[in-house]
Amino acid sequence: MAKSRFMQWIDARLPVTANWEKHLSKYYAPANFNFWCYFGSFALLVLVIQFVSGIFLTMHYKPDAAQAFASVEHIMRDVNWGWLIRYMHSTGASAFFVVVYLHMFRGLMYGSFKQPRELIWLIGMFIYLTLMAEAFFGYLLPWGQMSFWGAQVIVNLFSTVPIVGEDLALWIRGDFNVSDATLNRFFALHVALMPMVLIGLVVAHIAALHQVGSNNPEGVELKKNKANTDIQPPGSVPFHPYYTVKDTFGAVAFLILFCAVMFFAPEMGGYFLEHDNFIPADSLATPEHIAPLWYFTPYYSILRAVSDPFIGVSAMGAAVVILCFLPWIDRNPVKSVRYRSPLHKLSLTLFVAAFLALGYLGMQPVSTLYTEISARLANVYFLFFAVLWIHSRPRGAVFSIGWFIALLGAVTLFDYIYRYSPDNLSLMATSWLIPVAYLAVMLLLPLVTSLGRDKPVPAQINVRGVGT
Amino acid sequence: MPHDGVNPKRRRFLTAATGVVGGAGLATVAWPFVTSMQPSARAQAAGAPVEVNIGKIEPGQLILEEWRGKPVWILRRSQKMLDSLDKVATQLLDPKSTVASQQPEFARNKYRSIKPEYLVLVGICTHLGCSPTFMPKPGAGGMGGDWPGGFFCACHGSRFDLAGRVFKNVPAPINLEVPPYKYLSDTRLLIGASADDSNNGGAA
Repeated sequence: MAKSRFMQWIDARLPVTANWEKHLSKYYAPANFNFWCYFGSFALLVLVIQFVSGIFLTMHYKPDAAQAFASVEHIMRDVNWGWLIRYMHSTGASAFFVVVYLHMFRGLMYGSFKQPRELIWLIGMFIYLTLMAEAFFGYLLPWGQMSFWGAQVIVNLFSTVPIVGEDLALWIRGDFNVSDATLNRFFALHVALMPMVLIGLVVAHIAALHQVGSNNPEGVELKKNKANTDIQPPGSVPFHPYYTVKDTFGAVAFLILFCAVMFFAPEMGGYFLEHDNFIPADSLATPEHIAPLWYFTPYYSILRAVSDPFIGVSAMGAAVVILCFLPWIDRNPVKSVRYRSPLHKLSLTLFVAAFLALGYLGMQPVSTLYTEISARLANVYFLFFAVLWIHSRPRGAVFSIGWFIALLGAVTLFDYIYRYSPDNLSLMATSWLIPVAYLAVMLLLPLVTSLGRDKPVPAQINVRGVGT
Repeated sequence: MPHDGVNPKRRRFLTAATGVVGGAGLATVAWPFVTSMQPSARAQAAGAPVEVNIGKIEPGQLILEEWRGKPVWILRRSQKMLDSLDKVATQLLDPKSTVASQQPEFARNKYRSIKPEYLVLVGICTHLGCSPTFMPKPGAGGMGGDWPGGFFCACHGSRFDLAGRVFKNVPAPINLEVPPYKYLSDTRLLIGASADDSNNGGAA
């Protein structure tokens, strides 16, 4: 296609056409993308929604402990369309995590974190961590009761660090208690630093993706022409127009759902905007029941499952950090869940179930039974990674039984050191059967059945209607 | 591209030296930014002591005051409450209050107070900073029949007795903090400054 003289003039000075081709019209993606491949583009869409709505909220919001709560009410009542912009931003926060969790699950399912995509996954994890920080800083800004006490609890997580903890928490707050100083700096971090970091990471995430190419539901790599990478590989389509149109279609469906929540259920029954947050912050009275917003509750459950504060905080941190190491834990060459063993499918299902159940328990008030269940679900959560590593290739009887004993021993030892007390012995002994059963199924069953066997992977992506 | 007359050793040294100087400059300029996030002079000054009238507290009653933005409880304990302290000792993690940072030296006794009757505590759970609820009635709702009366933190389930001492097997690692305080007269307390002033929380 002949370039216009205008584009020639531009391209000699700025590589517009070259980049358009590299990232869109000649970025060849596997032709078999499905529903799960929507969520990356949705995440980008929500990022834009948050940026736009956030900028306009900043025009009316006051980061001052004496005025913050009232300024949010001012936005809701007095500012033209202020309620819409605010609900867009609050719904967007939850939507961001919905989309990101589904995006991560897609990666987990189709092995998108595996070689050669380790860095895409790692950068993605940094995005996830930044997003958590962004959400946490932002949640203080309305200066309601949940804002205040949520920040109080989270900042105090740092004070559990031995020796430097107290000083660290003091430094983060900038005061002896969560106060105006804290609000002011959280505002700066929320609207300036974190968004900049987020943009940088998103650019790196996409750059890394386009360096190695997209994965797909089959988990089979495209056969690239080594001599000339410009040639379209068999089984692929150019990203534009094929996937730009697909993603636009998806975006419309997504926005319909988004608007349904934003207009009709912006509080989502207390899950997106907690009821107690409509009461101004009061440093002298903790609400009867405090829980973080839903997207943090799985980790919060893990924190509460262990009574020693530092061990609890460490377990919670480890639950997030361990995800970063996924590419080096799961060494199985089969990427997609479609060709993995029935046991792998089961362990992935149980992992997701444990994560969701932990999320539910994190919203409930503390009770002995719930704490015990949380601890066992946390066992399943962490054992999943060990099982993932063990399932990297077929294992012999000695290896499997050895690891069965070692992992069960580790769980039991942890119970004995950190969770044992005479009063909860019978409950703990009963629930101990959960890790026993889990490990027996995952490690011992492959020895006597073929449930642990992966399937043969096809040599290339088979897509109907796409010529080779 | 190597040129004649280039001394690679010297070049490496100069590169490293530039890097070190630049790094030192960065570290130096980071200092004002990092320390700017410490509590400001105003925040430190706001930690001034608070005077409280305790003349009108009934036995068994708890009043709430604010010091450094934190809740401070003053509980006038009845004789029955004081009696309960001995009974629970075996269920406590640290009945003798051995951790030095959780109270000034003068409160390191069975009652954790200057006068046994009046208990002064910072009303912040030593686990993650929620404010526990005062539940004085023995066997109060949901706390179990053996509950001797005390404080319960709904956030993460920590329990404390009527001297703010923590029970075993709860998340809070140490007893509730006793702030520095002193009696100005029989009915007036000064919270935030103690008679010996050895423990004023490290502020100012």
